[in-house]
Amino acid sequence: MPGLGTSFGRGGATTAPSDLVNSDAILIMGSNMAENHPVGFQWVIEARERGTKVIHVDPRFSRTSAMADIWAPLRAGSDILFLGGLIHYVLENEKDFREYVIHYTNASIILPQEFKDTEELGGVFSGWDAKNRSYDSSTWLYGACVEGGQVAPGSAGPHSGHCKEGAGAGADLGDCECDPTLSHPRCVYQVLKKHYARYTPELVERFCGVPRERFLKIAETFCSASGAEKTGAICYALGWTQQSKGPQIIRAAAILQLVLGNIGRPGGGILALRGHASIQGSTDIPTLYDILPGYLPMPNLGLDSHNLADYIAAHRDPTGWWWNFDKYIVSLLKAYYGEGAKKENDWGFNWLPRVTGDHSHQGYFLEMMDGKVEGLFVMGQNPAVAGPNSRLERKALSKLKWLVVRDMVELETATFWYDSPEVERGELRPEEIATEVFFLPAAGQAEKDGTFTNTQRLLQWHQKAVDPPGDARSETWFMYHLGRRLKEKAKQDPRPRNAGLSALTWDYSVGGTMQEPKVEEVLQEINGYTVADRALVSGFTELKADGSTASGCWIYTGVFPRQDENRANQRNSQDLLGHGWGFAWPADRRVLYNRASARPDGRPWSERKKLVWWDEQNREWTGLDVPDFTRTKAPNYQPPKDAHGDEALAGDKPFILHPDGTGWIFAPKGLADGPLPTHYEGLEAPVCNPLYPDHQSNPGAMREERPDNRFATSPDDRFPYVMSTYRLTEHHTSGAMSRMLPHLAELQPEFFCEISPELASERGIENGGWVTVMTRRGIVEARALVTSRMRPLPIDGKLVHQVGVPYHWGTRGLVKGDSANDLVAISEEPNVRIMEAKGILCDVSPGRRARGKAALDQLNAHLGRK
Amino acid sequence: MPTSAFLTDASICIGCKACEVACKEWNHIPDDGFNWTGQSYDNTHALGASTWRHVLFLEEKQSMGPQLAGIDEPFRWQFLSDVCKHCENAGCLEACPTGAIVRTELESVYVQHDVCNGCGYCVVSCPFGVVDKNHEVGTAFKCTFCYDRQRDGLMPACAKACPTRSIRFGELQELRQEAQVRVKELQDRGYTDAQIYDPAGFSVGGTHAIFVILGQPEAYNFPPAPEVPTIHLKSAWSAALLSAFVVVLVIFLAFAL
Repeated sequence: MPGLGTSFGRGGATTAPSDLVNSDAILIMGSNMAENHPVGFQWVIEARERGTKVIHVDPRFSRTSAMADIWAPLRAGSDILFLGGLIHYVLENEKDFREYVIHYTNASIILPQEFKDTEELGGVFSGWDAKNRSYDSSTWLYGACVEGGQVAPGSAGPHSGHCKEGAGAGADLGDCECDPTLSHPRCVYQVLKKHYARYTPELVERFCGVPRERFLKIAETFCSASGAEKTGAICYALGWTQQSKGPQIIRAAAILQLVLGNIGRPGGGILALRGHASIQGSTDIPTLYDILPGYLPMPNLGLDSHNLADYIAAHRDPTGWWWNFDKYIVSLLKAYYGEGAKKENDWGFNWLPRVTGDHSHQGYFLEMMDGKVEGLFVMGQNPAVAGPNSRLERKALSKLKWLVVRDMVELETATFWYDSPEVERGELRPEEIATEVFFLPAAGQAEKDGTFTNTQRLLQWHQKAVDPPGDARSETWFMYHLGRRLKEKAKQDPRPRNAGLSALTWDYSVGGTMQEPKVEEVLQEINGYTVADRALVSGFTELKADGSTASGCWIYTGVFPRQDENRANQRNSQDLLGHGWGFAWPADRRVLYNRASARPDGRPWSERKKLVWWDEQNREWTGLDVPDFTRTKAPNYQPPKDAHGDEALAGDKPFILHPDGTGWIFAPKGLADGPLPTHYEGLEAPVCNPLYPDHQSNPGAMREERPDNRFATSPDDRFPYVMSTYRLTEHHTSGAMSRMLPHLAELQPEFFCEISPELASERGIENGGWVTVMTRRGIVEARALVTSRMRPLPIDGKLVHQVGVPYHWGTRGLVKGDSANDLVAISEEPNVRIMEAKGILCDVSPGRRARGKAALDQLNAHLGRK
Repeated sequence: MPTSAFLTDASICIGCKACEVACKEWNHIPDDGFNWTGQSYDNTHALGASTWRHVLFLEEKQSMGPQLAGIDEPFRWQFLSDVCKHCENAGCLEACPTGAIVRTELESVYVQHDVCNGCGYCVVSCPFGVVDKNHEVGTAFKCTFCYDRQRDGLMPACAKACPTRSIRFGELQELRQEAQVRVKELQDRGYTDAQIYDPAGFSVGGTHAIFVILGQPEAYNFPPAPEVPTIHLKSAWSAALLSAFVVVLVIFLAFAL
């Protein structure tokens, strides 16, 4: 989550859904919250009932729109134009929360002369290397020192941007030139103003398709929820992240919230609605290739990985909280390698794997297709249905030597070799597939203990209700026993490559007839302990860099402060923010950066919006939330010269993870595709980029174009319509957990495609009939749901039709259908390497697709059409 | 025991269908078939033998109170979870010849499957079209008002699962008052077509499921004037007697003349 990470310091939602009740306005964009987060949406309804204005901006009129006060349709892929329009509106009308902006953001920082904006360079920032299609971001770094070395900050190398504030060297941003009057032409505020000068309501109307009046109504409604007495919140989800510029869209929202003074305050913030259970947890304790637990970067071969000292030097910030970087990595290594981790061997640093290339989902499936991957474990995922260009992904599976699928049901990924569409079309022949497939039954969540970490960074413990049936086992069981057996094998084989595996601590106790590992012990290890006496630590401030402490994930410390106190298991909510229920990282702070809820002098901005404030009598921060600030640091604290870490940040700097303690309107490092969000069209678009004709789409994005992963031109007569994939309340992601259940399957029993009555009449499509949907990659058939909830939009003088396709169906289950992801391309956003599934180009025609191989002929015939 | 009831509020229903699923899970109701309808997001069609809570999806060309939604023409999307009304004078109960349908101590209307002979009179006698026969099992089914849960002091599964409190469960008179306050509040906020659907003034004699709706009852498949079929008994029997009399008279006259 580098969009939030670079803006504020941490890659997590800044607030909790229940805090939305405190909002004066809620802007939901890039999310169908009512549909995909119905339980969290209760707080939006509650807020609306209390008078909060709820705004939904989305290509489709969805269940969320139905409950909103204002809905505006939007051309998929034009989000930055819209948000830039709002930023323009705020600055142009001087509606920014000036005192907040001056003190808590980097608006006053004067940028180096060498920095050049997209408006000056026709669509790229200074530092663009057209040959390598990446940025040297050294001109973005403000401040006296541009140091920190070998790693080009934010470069689009094999490293991607999940870590800290993205791939980037530790650099001193603490000591910079400022202009508190915000009038210097090179100060961030003025650069921002110029950057968005062209994002006028007229431009928004012309290219987003949002009528001018509706846009102004939204701007007025949301931007007036700002100031001492008011706050507004923004909720987003995969509508933003699944684009070739996702983090930059989130950055645009972050800038808007910073200029309105809405971060760190009750009812403010940005709520990143995570895709499903424990997705936040899976970036905190990552299932990603490029980070270690707690957002520490995975060492990168040849860049920062020679030894621990180099690695720490490259990532430790001299000022701000990341000064403690060494404590967290050493404690992590100590948790991994126990007694094997010694000062002499760099605490086992060289046993950590190195990033050697693009090992993201997209990257390794392309390599798999090319025969470069031997084996694959698939757990809790169904790439045969949910992966982009799932045609390619299913075929790629056939190139493996072995495939292990652990799931509750035999899903499409495990059956690709005998009942995939490719088998039906003769592209794959079961007798020719050499992949050995192992299907292992997995336990469901009610059949195991453990935690979820959800949207609001909240760890919640769940108890096993029943034993799993038959041979089904939990993931913990599987990983533990697999690791145990591998370690036994390694014992027989003393080659150096096995030294790390042999050193790995793997001493969880097991119990019961199933030999299930005790999950509390895992959580205790994650929490951390002092090595000498195995006493649990109660917070990350207790972690040390001398090997005396161990912690599996520094941001989770405090979740298990004592043997008998599992705070994830707390079930006694005491207030609206939910203190007493579960444990929110870090340190049970529910609203991040909440120092900003008080004025620079420590008093609340207003009685109505008070959250955390300075108690002069007791000389400490106090309030309704756990202060996200050093408790005893006075508001008027001024750091001594040469101070390091948190001590180098003044008492009015709420964004403590950032080296300068401010919220970053301008991101001097951490992003591969620019310090300010700029409108680019998607990788496929129905129009040319109105702002920068020379840079149609995000210059940093990787198209991964190849014969089996083709793109349409922009625009393309063969594919005139704009399509987005999405999910429905009734199903769960690829449908593996819902298509098998009669009570869910019956609610949305068929793959359908939502189209407007106008498009239906243009193409002779009837509601309830069949349509064939084609993109450059694939062909599927779906039932036609003709509805006025889909509106054609006038874009730059022509009518653009948008269509919607939910992606829940496959070849298995009680209800079956084609998979929408056959239509999506593999592509990579440069920071997080997510594909673009929103705003891609397609054609929709009446009737069913051809069967068998003829379906491919039908697609090829369409491609050949001019 | 106080009179329990449902108040279902369309203005805060988000159409998530959690009530439908919770109801089926709790009561072990089979699926309703996997039939895609093409009618908005509604694929369980209507209340029936295997759907005891049913969420309606209404796409309408009119605006919803002060909501700014439609672009070139007014538009709104309404959701409402329908359920058995548990009438004071229940048509199904009166029509049941076997005594399978009874009024419980909770004042709900309950079908005892082991007594039901599957005659189907209740199906045609329900003024709301709620009761339905499962043709495989051969008997009638409908909402039990979660009799088992209520007996154990739990609220019905649908109300428990509702994330927005669109389905409220409580004491009938209190809910009636709540509904009035709610409708007034909605009207004050500009939802001028907000109204209570609580057909107390008809022969059904009031119900144990009342609704706050936006617009006219007909749009939600609610009969504006629900009547128990038995109120037609007197006129029907009178008509029959009169017909018989006329027939006899005609025959008599035919022979007499």
